[in-house]
This record gives sequence, structure tokens and C-alpha cells, in this order.
Amino acid sequence: MSEKVLLIDDEKDFVVPLAERMKNRGIDVSSTTSPLEAIKKVEEESYDAIVLDLMMPEMDGLETLAALKEKRPELQIILLTGHATVEKGIEAMKLGAMDFLEKPIDLKVLSEKIKKAQAKKMILVEKRTEEKIKQIIMEKSW
Amino acid sequence: MSLQERLKPKFWEEGNLAETRHRHMFNFPRIWKKTVLITAGVALIPLILLAIVDYQVTQSSVESENLLRTSRLVSNTRRRVSFFLFERRSALDFIIHDNSFESLMDSKRLAAILEHLKKTIGGFSDLGVIDAKGIQRTYVGPYPSKDIDYSKQEWFREVRDWGMYVSDVFMGYRNFPHLVIAVKHDLADGSFYVLRASLSIEQFNDLFSQLEVGGKGDAFIINGEGILQTPSLYNGNVLEKIHIPVPMYSERTQVLETLGTDDEPILVGYAYIQETPFILMVIKQKNELMGSWYDTRMKLVGFLIASITTIIVVILCVVTYLVSSLYMADQKRMIALHHAEHSDKMASVGRLAAGVAHEINNPLAIINEKAGLIKDIFTFKKEYKEDQKLRETVESIISSVERCGTITKRLLNFARHVDMNIQLLRPHEVIREVLGFLNKEANYRSIQVALDVDEDIPPFESDKGKLQQIFLNLLTNAFSALDDGGLLNIAVKRKNTHFVCATFADDGCGIPRADLERIFEPFFTTRAKEGGTGLGLSITYGLVQELGGKIEVQSEIGKGTTFTVTLPLRYSD
Repeated sequence: MSEKVLLIDDEKDFVVPLAERMKNRGIDVSSTTSPLEAIKKVEEESYDAIVLDLMMPEMDGLETLAALKEKRPELQIILLTGHATVEKGIEAMKLGAMDFLEKPIDLKVLSEKIKKAQAKKMILVEKRTEEKIKQIIMEKSW
Repeated sequence: MSLQERLKPKFWEEGNLAETRHRHMFNFPRIWKKTVLITAGVALIPLILLAIVDYQVTQSSVESENLLRTSRLVSNTRRRVSFFLFERRSALDFIIHDNSFESLMDSKRLAAILEHLKKTIGGFSDLGVIDAKGIQRTYVGPYPSKDIDYSKQEWFREVRDWGMYVSDVFMGYRNFPHLVIAVKHDLADGSFYVLRASLSIEQFNDLFSQLEVGGKGDAFIINGEGILQTPSLYNGNVLEKIHIPVPMYSERTQVLETLGTDDEPILVGYAYIQETPFILMVIKQKNELMGSWYDTRMKLVGFLIASITTIIVVILCVVTYLVSSLYMADQKRMIALHHAEHSDKMASVGRLAAGVAHEINNPLAIINEKAGLIKDIFTFKKEYKEDQKLRETVESIISSVERCGTITKRLLNFARHVDMNIQLLRPHEVIREVLGFLNKEANYRSIQVALDVDEDIPPFESDKGKLQQIFLNLLTNAFSALDDGGLLNIAVKRKNTHFVCATFADDGCGIPRADLERIFEPFFTTRAKEGGTGLGLSITYGLVQELGGKIEVQSEIGKGTTFTVTLPLRYSD
């Protein structure tokens, strides 16, 4: 099962080749340059990992992160940044980002992080399913 | 170093430099000179004026005191001398009026009178009675001289005209200094007779010998021609002429100041004794009189000199101390100012660097991805897979991007460290990072850099950015001192439980001893022509101090220079 990843970056020249390269490596990537569109997409589909740029003109990376987390708390988000300051990193972690990467990125590292994210997501989803089953069992006592 | 060099305060030469180089700095030698002049003037001028006035007042009062004393002595003596003469004259007067001419003619009676006179008043040696014609009619005394005719003699005319006569001292027939007193008795019929008596001057002498004139002082009597009438101690014997001129006539006692025979200043007190030819003179040596004053004067002048010296020394010390403190404070102010300026500059450079790094990072990411994509395409498509040249080109693009990435990261790190940011560090790691900046230069100039680190160096608390700057400054300094192919030894050692020290030893040109003391001062540079600001080491010094450390330097010309930075393991404000 291939990982399903959403790439969000305002720079089309960056997103498109990256997406293509990831596809070449067997990752199911969809990309967008608009955070708003990304939020819509996240509502519609489920992703194993989201790769999000911190600096975007339309909507700040941290804001987008918060909005995404609100919609789907189980989302695993990896932040991309040109300038990883400690404060921003801490803030992002507090908001629920899973990891951090500095531009320019090494594709190998990114792939590993995505795999990790997928595993985490799986655990989370499994847990939730378990909970749901338990709940159903509790509610509907035959 | 000579004594003068050592005494010279530090600001002296610095201040002169200030005149030419930095006009905004204070001119300390001028401040020093001004303060010394004003303080010394305020302190010394009243003291000296007071001393001069006091000197003159005291001297003149001592002098007038001496004049007064001399004058009193002369007056008293005159009174005694004139009383002496008056007494004897009055006795004769009494005798001549008490006895009739006839009874005086009786030589036995006259002898009895002489006997009585000798016993009571004393000083008489003979008595004679002379009639109006000038013939001595009766005489009692040791030199029988009856019937001598005195009518032609000066004294007889005088006694006839004036009623009495006192003679100068003379030797006469007797060959013994004596004087003569004569009194006249007018008779009812208009004729007269005269009683004449000789007085030896011994009693005079007794009188003078009792006078207290002190030291080389002298008291004697002269007549109108300056002939001594009594023996004197230092001015000749009886009937000799004195060497000083006869003073002007005056009714009152006078005191003059003149030069004596041996050109010593003397005080001459004199008085004309009324109704006699005598002038009483008292001579005193001025220097002897002023002796006690000279002693006092010496003490006064000595004290004055001592106090002036003390005041000047104290003023010099205090002013030097104060101006030195001022100088130190000013130096500190300058360093602080330049440090602030520098960190300001660093902050803006930092912001600029951060901005540039950000802007470059995005296109770099794009290049990276595009190149990566190309590489992917080459790897996945068969027709390009074998083309090694293409692959290598792409790889070189990617590795260049990586290099750019490290540069932007470094820039961002630099920007991040403008503020104080204490973290756990290892000094040699910081040194290695900094050496990264200089590797290129080291390679070009084939400078060998040896880093020797003790194994037991623990991580320590410090500010990375500041530490980087300190090491960078020291390394660039060392590099500029080194010749091509030189050797730079860097050692990091643990000093004790609280400190680590890093030494930077180059084998370059070394620093002259005179410059060594000043290399941490701001604006001190030997590379002014090559654009050195003279701030590098002073900022380094400030930074090391900010981190709670210490920087020392040792240098030998031709052998090299060693900088030692000692840093605390724990940072504390």
C-alpha cells in the first residue's frame, strides 16, 4: 500500500517536480499551491501525511496547520521551512506538527519521515477503530 | 624604563594623540595642566602673599623695636651724664654762693671744701679761685699752679660771658684726661670771681662700663669735633678721633642707621648734652640686634618652602589621580560606545544576512527539486541511464545546491547569534566551525592549523555567537600575523574545575613590547594603512569579559604570539 501524501507549497516550480519525484518513488502524491484548496482536499479525502511549507503568501503555514488540525486531528503534518527558528519550531510542535524539515530537502529523509507518519497514522486510525468498536459494543448491548 | 617614564601618567601621550586623531576626546594633559595651575595658584598665592606681608611687618617691627631700644638707652644715658655734670656744677654753684670771696681765698678753707666735695659727690681733683682779671688766686690740688693768668684763655671769656663753662676733656699740665667746670659769682659792685674745678673722667668711664649695649656695641662721648672724650671699646681711645662722622645737631635723641667702618650696618644713637660740648653716642651692630630675627626668619622661610613643596606634591598627586580616573572612565565610555556601535552594526548585518538567506533558500529549493527530477528521469529512462556525463552534471548541480544550502544556513546562524543566547557548547566544536570559514585561506596560503583538544573538556555554558566572534577575531588576527606556510597551534585545555582555556599560538611576526600593553585598546592598530580599525581586539576583549572570561597575550618578536582565552564553565551574569 502506497503512502498518500498531500504537498502544500505556494511555489509551483517547487511542488510540481517534487511531486513527480515522489511519484517516481511510488508515493501517491497530490499537490496544491493554495492552502485553502488544501483544506478542502483534506475534508474530502484522507491522507497519510501532509507536507506543508511554513512561508506562504495566501495563508501563513502555522495558520494552515491549525486549520488542518481542526478539521482532522489525526493528520500527520511535516513542516518545510527555509529558516527553522527554535521558537517557530516549538510553536508548530505545540500545534501538533509531527516533524520538521529544512529546505532544500533531501528526498530520502523526506521519504523516511513520510513512512513514519504513515505508521503513526495507522496506529491512530486503528486505535480509533478499536474505540469505535468498543463504543458500539457498549452502546448496543445485545 | 626611566624614572620619568614611570612617573608619567598613562593619559599623557594618549591625550596628545587625542589632539590629532580624535578631537571629540578630552585633552587630558591640558586638563591636568589647567587643574594643577589653578589649584596651585589658589593654594599658593595667598600663602606666599601672607608670608611676604608677615615677613615685612615682622622685620619692620623688629627694626623699630631696636631703634626704640637704642633711643631709650641713649636718652637714659644722656640723662645720667647731664645729671652727673649738673650735679657737680650745682655743687660748685652752691659753694661759690655760699662762701664769700674772702673765705674762698683762704686756702685752708678751700682745701676743706675740696675734701668735702671728694667725700660726698666725688670726682673732683682740684679747686681754684680766679678773680675778674683772670689770675688764679687760690688753688688746692695736686698740681700747685697759683697765680696763673687765665685771662687770655677761651674758657675764661666764656665763663665771664655765660656764667659757667664745661670744657672738653684734655690732658693739660696734669697729663691725665680730665675736664674742667667753672662757675662765676657776680658781685654787687659789678666785678666777679670764678670757681674752677677739675674733674677726672673715671666716673664717666664707670658710668659707661655699666651700660648694657650688648655684643659689639659701644657707648662713649665725643665733642663737637669728633674727639673721643671717654675711652671706647671699639672706636679708639680717649682724645682720638672717631671714624664715623659727627652727627648733625639735634635737641632730641636721634638714632641713625649707617655703615660702620667695616661696612657692616650699624645703628648710631646720639644725643647732644645740653650746655656742654659733649655728644653722647651709642653704637650697636645691626646684625647682632637682628640676630634673633634672622633665626626666626630662617625658620619662617624654611617652613614656607616645606609647606609649598608639600602643597605642590599633594596637588600633583591628587590631580594626577583624578585625571587618571577621568581618563579611565573616558576609555571605558569609548569602549562601551564602540562596542554598542559594533553590536548595532552586527545586528543590522545579521538582519540583512537573514533576509538574503531566506530569499535565496526558496529558489535553491526549486533548483534542487528540478535537478532532482532531471536526475530521476535520467535514472528511470533507459536512453539516458547510460549517459554518465549527463548524470554527473546533474549531480554536480545538486552538490552545488547543497553547498549553497550550507552557506545560507551559516548566514542564518550568524544572524541568530547577535543577541545573548546562552547554551551548552563545546569550545573545540565552535573553533572547528569558525575554522570552516578560514579553511580556504589556510589552504591557499598553506598555513598549517593544528587543533589539540583535551579529552576531558566538558560542555560548558556560553553564547555561541559571541564565542564564534571571539575565535574568528583571534584566528583572523593570527592569520594576518602568519607568513605563508606558517603554523597555528590551537589548544583547548581544562584549567581547573571552573575554567577552560583556549590558546592560539602562531609562529608569526610577533608584537613589539611597547605595543603589547595597548593592543586591547580601541583604535590601536598597526595596520591602519591596510584598513585596520583597531577595534577587533578591543571588541574581542569586551566579548570575553561579557562571557565572564579573561584574555591574555604573550609575544616575542620573530617567534610568534600566543593569545589565551580563559572561559568559565558556568555562565553567570
